[in-house]
Amino acid sequence: MPIITVVSRDGTGRAVEMDTGTTLMEGLRDHGFDEVLAMCGGCCSCATCHVYVEPASTATEEEDALLALSAHRRDNSRLSCQITLAPDHDGLRVEIPPED
Amino acid sequence: MQHDVLIVGAGHGGAQVAITLRQRGYTGGIALVGDEPELPYERPPLTKDYLSGAKPFERILIRPAAFWQARGVTLLPGRRVAAVDAAAHTVTTAGGEVFGYGQLVWAAGGQARRLACAGGDLAGVHTVRTRADADALRAELPAVERVVVIGGGYVGLEAAAVLRAAGKSVVLLEQADRVLARVAGEALSRFYEDEHRAQGVDLRLGAQVKDIVGDGRQVTGVRLADGTLIPAQMVVAGIGITPAVQPLLAAGAEGGDGVVVDAFCRTSLPDIRAIGDCALHANAYADGRRIRLESVQNANDMAITVAKALTGAADPYHAVPWFWSNQYDLKLQTVGLSAGHDAAVLRGDPAARSFSIVYFRAGRVVALDCVNAIRDYTQGRALVEGGARCDPAAVADISVPLKDLAAGA
Repeated sequence: MPIITVVSRDGTGRAVEMDTGTTLMEGLRDHGFDEVLAMCGGCCSCATCHVYVEPASTATEEEDALLALSAHRRDNSRLSCQITLAPDHDGLRVEIPPED
Repeated sequence: MQHDVLIVGAGHGGAQVAITLRQRGYTGGIALVGDEPELPYERPPLTKDYLSGAKPFERILIRPAAFWQARGVTLLPGRRVAAVDAAAHTVTTAGGEVFGYGQLVWAAGGQARRLACAGGDLAGVHTVRTRADADALRAELPAVERVVVIGGGYVGLEAAAVLRAAGKSVVLLEQADRVLARVAGEALSRFYEDEHRAQGVDLRLGAQVKDIVGDGRQVTGVRLADGTLIPAQMVVAGIGITPAVQPLLAAGAEGGDGVVVDAFCRTSLPDIRAIGDCALHANAYADGRRIRLESVQNANDMAITVAKALTGAADPYHAVPWFWSNQYDLKLQTVGLSAGHDAAVLRGDPAARSFSIVYFRAGRVVALDCVNAIRDYTQGRALVEGGARCDPAAVADISVPLKDLAAGA
C-alpha cells in the first residue's frame, strides 16, 4: 500500500499508509485530515477537496473546470476525489491549500 | 449529562459543526445526538451510488469511527430528541434521557413525507431518506419487477434512474404538469422527462394518486384518481420532507415550516441555533425571502457559520447555493436559486446532452442549471454571486465563455 506524505495548512507533515482502490480524498478523510471538506462526497461537483500533489499529475477536464473555483490553484493542483490510489502513488506528497 | 455544545442531528450539518469546532481549536465538550443507529454518513448517495450498490456503506461515512473518538466528540446515536426546555437548557429524548447543554445546535433535518392516502403503510411502500430506508428497499429489490415511483423531484428521478439501471420496470407519477416543478425551469423539466422516457421509464404527468392497493399486507399496485390501476410490487415515494422542528416550536421558537433563524443561525430562543434543511432563513440569493434549503451545501455552510460564531469569529451566512444530481450519464449541477425567475436563456443544445439554462430576475443572473456542462457551472457561479447583468443573446452564444460576461456585473 502506498505511503503518502500529507502536509497540513499549519505546515506539519505526516506520512500515512493509504489503501489502494479508494480515492486520495477518502484516504485523507479516513486519516483525519479534516481540512479537506469534500462536500460533494467525491462525485466531482465541487472543489472542496482541492490539494497540491508532488509529483504533479494532469487534472481531467471536469476537474480543471472545478479547480477554477479556487483562488489558490497552482500547476500541481488536483481534486483529491479524482485520484484513485494505486501502488505507484507510493511517495506522493500532498499539501492542503489555504482555505478558499 | 451536560455538554457544552449539544448538536441534535447527525447528518451533514451536525457532523460538520463538530468537525469545524474542533478544527478551530474548540476544546469544550461536544456531543452529537442522532436518531439513526449509524455513524454520520452522506445522504445523497442513498438515491445514487449506495442504492445501486456501487458504494458500500463504509465509503459514504462522513468520517470513520475512530475520527470521532480522536476528536473527543461524544456520539449519541439511536436517540430522538422529543422535547427542549430552553430555560433549563436541557433536551429530553423519546427514551426519557435528559441532556444539558450550554449551546444547542439543532440540525435535525426532516423526515421523509409518507403517503397520506389509503394503503400508504403497506409492505413494499418505501421512502428514501435514511440508510435503513435504502437497505429495506434494496433487500426487496431482487424479488421485484415492477416499481411505481411517486414524485418527480430529485429523489424520485434519481431513484427511477437507479431502478431502471437495475432492470426494473418503472412507472413514475408526478402530480404537477412537469417534473422538478418546484426547483427548476420548464426547459430542464422537459429535458429530464424526455431522458427518463428514452431510458424506458413510463412517466406520467398530472397523475393524481387515489390510493395504494394491496392484498392486505403487501402492495400490489397504485390506483390513480381516474381509476387507472398500475400494478407494482414496490412503491417508492419521493414526495418531500417535513422539517423536524416540532420540539423547538413546542419550546416556543418562532417558525412553522421550519424554524426561523437569523444570519448567524440563531433561533428566537437563547443559546439555540438551527442549521440545514430545517432552518428557515432569509437567503440573499432568494431576494432576501425566508426559505428552507434542502441541500448538502446549505447544511455544511450553515454548520461552518455556527462553528465560527461559537468560536468568536461570527461571520453572517451568505453562501451561494449549489446542488447536484446524477441520473444515468447526466450530471446536473445547479448554482443559485431559480425560483422566481422572470426569464430563462438556453445555452447549448439539449439534444447534444450538454447545455445550460441561465435564469434571470429583473435583468440579473440568479441561477444556472448545467447538464454535463461543468465549465458553465463553475464560470456561471461568478455571474450569480455578482448578480451580473448580462445580455441574454451573449449568454446564449456558446462560443463565448461565461467568464467573459462577468465584466457586465
